[in-house]
Amino acid sequence: MPLVRRKKPAEAEKNSGSDSGNRNEKSEEGEEEEENGKKRRLHKKNEKSKAKKAKEKGKWSCVDSCCWLIGCICTIWWLLLFLYNAMPASFPQYVTEAITGPLPDPPGVKLRKEGLTAKHPVVFVPGIVTGGLELWEGHPCADGLFRKRLWGGTFGEVYKRPLCWVEHMSLDNETGLDPPGIRVRPVTGLVAADYFAPGYFVWAVLIANLARIGYEEKNMYMAAYDWRISFQNTEVRDQTLSQIKSKIELMVATSGGKKAVIVPHSMGVLYFLHFMKWVEAPAPMGGGGGPDWCSKHIKAVMNIGGPFLGVPKAVAGLFSAEAKDVAAARAIAPGFLDNDMFRRQTLQHVMKMSRTWDSTMSMIPKGGETIWGDLDWSPEEGHVPSKRRQINNDTKLARQDETGSLGSQLKSAYYGRIISFGKDVAEAKSSEIGRTDFRLLVDMQDAIKGRNFANNTCRDVWTEYHDMGIEGIRAVAEHKVYTAGSVLDLLQFVAPKMMARGSAHFSYGIADNLDDPKYKHYKYWSNPLETRLPNAPGMEIFSMYGVGIPTERAYVYELSSSAECYIPFQIDTSADSREDEESCLKDGVYTVEGDETVPALSAGFMCAKGWRGKTRFNPSGIRTYIREYDHSPPANLLEGRGTQSGAHVDIMGNFALIEDILRVATGASGEDLGGDQVYSDIFKWSEKINLHL
Amino acid sequence: MASILRFRKLCYVEPVKCSSLGFQSYVTPKVGKKDDGIVPKVKTLVVEKKREQQQKKKRQPKEWRCIDYCCWMIGYMCTTWWLLLFLYHCLPATWPGFQVPESPGTRLKREGLTALHPVVLVPGIVTGGLELWEGRPCSEGLFRKRLWAGSFSEIFKRPLCWLEHLSLNNETGLDPPGIRVRAVPGLVSADYFAPGYFVWAVLIENLAKVGYEGKNLHMAAYDWRLSFQNTEIRDQALSRLKSKIELMYLTNGYKKVVVVPHSMGVIYFLHFLKWVESPPPTGGGGGPGWCAKHIKAIMNIGPAFLGVPKAVSNIFSSEAKDIAFIRTFAPGLLDSEILGLQTLEHIMRVSRTWDSIVSLLPKGGETIWGNLDWSAEEGHGFSFAKKGQASMSGNNLNNSNGRRSLQLKDPVKYGRIISFGKVASQLPSSQLSTFDSKEFPRTNTSTNFNSLCGEVWTEYDEMSRERIRKIAENKAYTARTLFDLLRSVAPKMMQRAEAHFSHGISENLDDPKYDHYKYWSNPLETRLPDAPDMEIYCLYGVGIPTERAYVYKSSPSEKCKNIPFRIDSSAEGDDGSCLKSGVYFVDGDESVPVLSAGFMCAKGWRGRTRFNPSGMATHIREYRHKPPASLLEGRGMESGAHVDIMGNVALIEDVLRVAAGATGAEIGGDKIYSDILRMSERINIRL
Repeated sequence: MPLVRRKKPAEAEKNSGSDSGNRNEKSEEGEEEEENGKKRRLHKKNEKSKAKKAKEKGKWSCVDSCCWLIGCICTIWWLLLFLYNAMPASFPQYVTEAITGPLPDPPGVKLRKEGLTAKHPVVFVPGIVTGGLELWEGHPCADGLFRKRLWGGTFGEVYKRPLCWVEHMSLDNETGLDPPGIRVRPVTGLVAADYFAPGYFVWAVLIANLARIGYEEKNMYMAAYDWRISFQNTEVRDQTLSQIKSKIELMVATSGGKKAVIVPHSMGVLYFLHFMKWVEAPAPMGGGGGPDWCSKHIKAVMNIGGPFLGVPKAVAGLFSAEAKDVAAARAIAPGFLDNDMFRRQTLQHVMKMSRTWDSTMSMIPKGGETIWGDLDWSPEEGHVPSKRRQINNDTKLARQDETGSLGSQLKSAYYGRIISFGKDVAEAKSSEIGRTDFRLLVDMQDAIKGRNFANNTCRDVWTEYHDMGIEGIRAVAEHKVYTAGSVLDLLQFVAPKMMARGSAHFSYGIADNLDDPKYKHYKYWSNPLETRLPNAPGMEIFSMYGVGIPTERAYVYELSSSAECYIPFQIDTSADSREDEESCLKDGVYTVEGDETVPALSAGFMCAKGWRGKTRFNPSGIRTYIREYDHSPPANLLEGRGTQSGAHVDIMGNFALIEDILRVATGASGEDLGGDQVYSDIFKWSEKINLHL
Repeated sequence: MASILRFRKLCYVEPVKCSSLGFQSYVTPKVGKKDDGIVPKVKTLVVEKKREQQQKKKRQPKEWRCIDYCCWMIGYMCTTWWLLLFLYHCLPATWPGFQVPESPGTRLKREGLTALHPVVLVPGIVTGGLELWEGRPCSEGLFRKRLWAGSFSEIFKRPLCWLEHLSLNNETGLDPPGIRVRAVPGLVSADYFAPGYFVWAVLIENLAKVGYEGKNLHMAAYDWRLSFQNTEIRDQALSRLKSKIELMYLTNGYKKVVVVPHSMGVIYFLHFLKWVESPPPTGGGGGPGWCAKHIKAIMNIGPAFLGVPKAVSNIFSSEAKDIAFIRTFAPGLLDSEILGLQTLEHIMRVSRTWDSIVSLLPKGGETIWGNLDWSAEEGHGFSFAKKGQASMSGNNLNNSNGRRSLQLKDPVKYGRIISFGKVASQLPSSQLSTFDSKEFPRTNTSTNFNSLCGEVWTEYDEMSRERIRKIAENKAYTARTLFDLLRSVAPKMMQRAEAHFSHGISENLDDPKYDHYKYWSNPLETRLPDAPDMEIYCLYGVGIPTERAYVYKSSPSEKCKNIPFRIDSSAEGDDGSCLKSGVYFVDGDESVPVLSAGFMCAKGWRGRTRFNPSGMATHIREYRHKPPASLLEGRGMESGAHVDIMGNVALIEDVLRVAAGATGAEIGGDKIYSDILRMSERINIRL
């Protein structure tokens, strides 16, 4: 037995629970255990003493190993850092050239070899979100951030104190200006928008190339403004427009009367449109520059990726905070923002914050159904961007006819329906859609909104959706389809406060009679369809934008599943086009040709048709040029964001575009550049738009 | 059962502990012998344990060698550092017990002060940042990076390249071909000179507290290496300043501007005042009423109106402290190592291409700065015996009478700005062997062995031994003869710069020659603009010994590499004298003597004089230096030092009050601790 037991202790243990294993055995076991215990104690003693010895010798406990590991990592890190710093600056270029072959000269170097030198002063007008903002006065939670960047730069504070950050970035919900006790102001100078985040250039490449042909701080100017507030408010609060005016006047004077070349980007395009009207308007509301200020001071306006007629993205951004560009924070940390930081309320926070920013409303689609299409018709219909992307420029013409013929057979997408609820609705014929009359709802909105549901369950995040009540939300969804015209009503309904503020500063219509005195009000100045261009026949307007990237145009929405504390609507990402179908619906978004943010129609229409020749919007016949840049993605990772990109921001590093700007800045005219350069169907689409000119 | 478990735990703990070090062999034998009885298991384990431990013993000395110890050390330190850093960040902003004194901005805001007049800040020499716009290949990757101010990391990485880019053209005083270094624009240009070393930051922060922001606060950054008129010619800096002031005046509801220049910015702005009202080709064409219309007050901080003696020693032997600011940064380093013993020569070569330094040379000649036997400050020297700070000014007044009789015998001859040998600095003038310094031989023919001197070229190499000896023989130089000396040792620089600056006293201000821009920055050769409502403040620190005159000697090593003259740091005065390490000190703010800072406000412009025809009000505000009580205070809140005074609470309060609308009389008029009024009295100048 003992032998057996010794051999198989595990069995004995098992048996001990049963009846057969009696106490005798157990006692024996106990003895044995004692014996074992003695042995073990001995062993232990031995071990202990040995361990002690070992410890005394080395003392390498867990902590030490950790320290050792950290030390190792640190040392290696420093070594690498040192090597990196000791590396000659041109090393990365060597590597790149070894892999991809010699890189083309940057345009600055190339043109310098041609003998071009700085001539006309250049003014940059940054767009939305790319400009830095810094703190000048804040609440106690923002201690120590005085004159530190809140927006742009490293965004360190987003992570450190998110709620504080949101509080400081928000504006007053009533006035659209500073909340009491908070002053956040734009960063000034070229640093305001050269890099958005470390390593993510915006204007830096263009600036560097301009510097190569002799530009410097005295003949370059970054017209930084607070992009959160409405255009007229930048003048009211910061006198930004006056500063731009004075700066342009100074630069023109100090560079020997050479007129300025203006390079606005994205929303800056609208901002500068506003500026051109403002500067010539008489004093109380305008800048009092007199009727020929623009023709005296401006040589050319080179709009980069200009959303002249707005962007559909802005609608989605305002409606459900889901657009990419406006809520750029998402792009920085997509997964992060969605759930953790604010306890799953990130989107609401972003919405609450961005709805206080008036400027987002400047980008709501303008021109209504005439431009953007109605329920059944849209200028871009029949166009399939996914196909065109693959074809080369030479075969394009042939293929275009083909797609054209195909398009007639295919069920074309109804781009005019900017927001539709459900994929079937988005594709149904207009006669088949059962709609409730939404305008009635708008009238009744107060009655509907009376029934609030419990606000306090939703913590402290308050969006206007909580005011709407379930009735209202259902009513919105039941209306099924919204065009560019009715989208305004929709926004009016879901975000009344914001729209009330916004409609005092922006307008989205088309003017019937531009002589109407009401158009002297500043709210029309940033809408190209409701203002005249200044009387400056010598001026040139360029519209430069990328093409070849699918761009958001219309959305398929659904009601959010958990409607309690969330934004009740969200893009129906399950809505995809079937494989056999040639359509451009993907993840609930219809896409068209564009630069990823601005559809080609919005960027090109004014220069292609609205202002071309002497029209009522362009009475002095300012020459317009369209310069499109076909997107070709960077060949490899080493190229970074590419030198031939057509994407909305990356295009600022496009060599062809930079060369165009440099040539104009050194005195070339649009004709010298080669006139229009068009890859998309912008002229065809413009043709289809029936606008009185 | 329990003991087995315990045993197993024991066995397990060990491998876990060591697994990170690579002792994975533990696990395998145990798996293989799982079926064996407990005793063999235990035995084998024990045996194995023993074996392993023996192995370990053998292995451990192998595994943990020096490198590992190093790693361990580093890791340990890093961890501790991070831990401390983490704790530091977790600290509440207000440390209990340590009460942060309330800043003047907060206090004045509570009093109800708000931003009223726009404020323009004009930085001085060396404090403004410079950035690269175009450079030689060696500076690749530095485009729009700071070369000057900021971290100065490039000095260490590529010192020669850095020096090359900061130099200007020796002939024109403008950019050398292929290099464009420009002033950093905006408030960032001079808020901090180096990380943590504030210049304007404290003032800006306090201004912001009462409501200032970008639209009514402007930093007039300019390239401080250039002569003042060249900043306009090359960068249109003056035009930009004019346009900015006009704009701020307009957009802030027609409120006049308060200008706050510092150090050299003071004479830069003086130049601007004349430039803006002069007719276009050389001037700004603002018309005669421009200043009266746009400027409420000029609050000069540490003004170097009449120059600083430091500038002399800097040009002569590049040995001053403030202008070659780098030296305080890394004093030992610069003297010997990095550039191979030629640091000083390099610095001299670079700084001699900077015209602006010439603007800081003493102005007014012997009338102001004293001649061989007389000086305005004699008897008012800053003696090191007077350490009692509080009783200083009182003592000074009492002593000066008593002491005058004592010192009549041997007053300090501050007038001799440079003297060779301590004896020469004290001898009566009759015993000095001087000759007319204009007679310096100008033979440039005998250039001595240039090739021996490496690539560092200073103009001293072109000078013959004989001339160097002659210079030393002349023994003593006053503010007048000084210029002959400098013209002789730095001919190119003086030739360039004297087209831009003048250092005399005008006899007749109506002389048409005074329309030339080279006189505009000299308060003794220009009239103030016709703006009777404008106010001029002189705000400066007192109570710090300030360089006033130097005792030189010929450099002992006659090697070609050395600058042939250097300050005789062995020349020490007796107790109670103000000679120390070869430098005579007077009262001042460490850089600017009181006389230079205060004279114009105390006498030159006081009342209606020929320099101030419209009789605008002048106010002197002195701030007595009080060194920081503890390390926690940093650079002190009551400092009077030239740059640190920008953090002086009293000064900030004065600036804020004036910016918010107060006049000089309202903030208390003159506040004087030094003997500036008495000293000015003794200066015999026709007003």
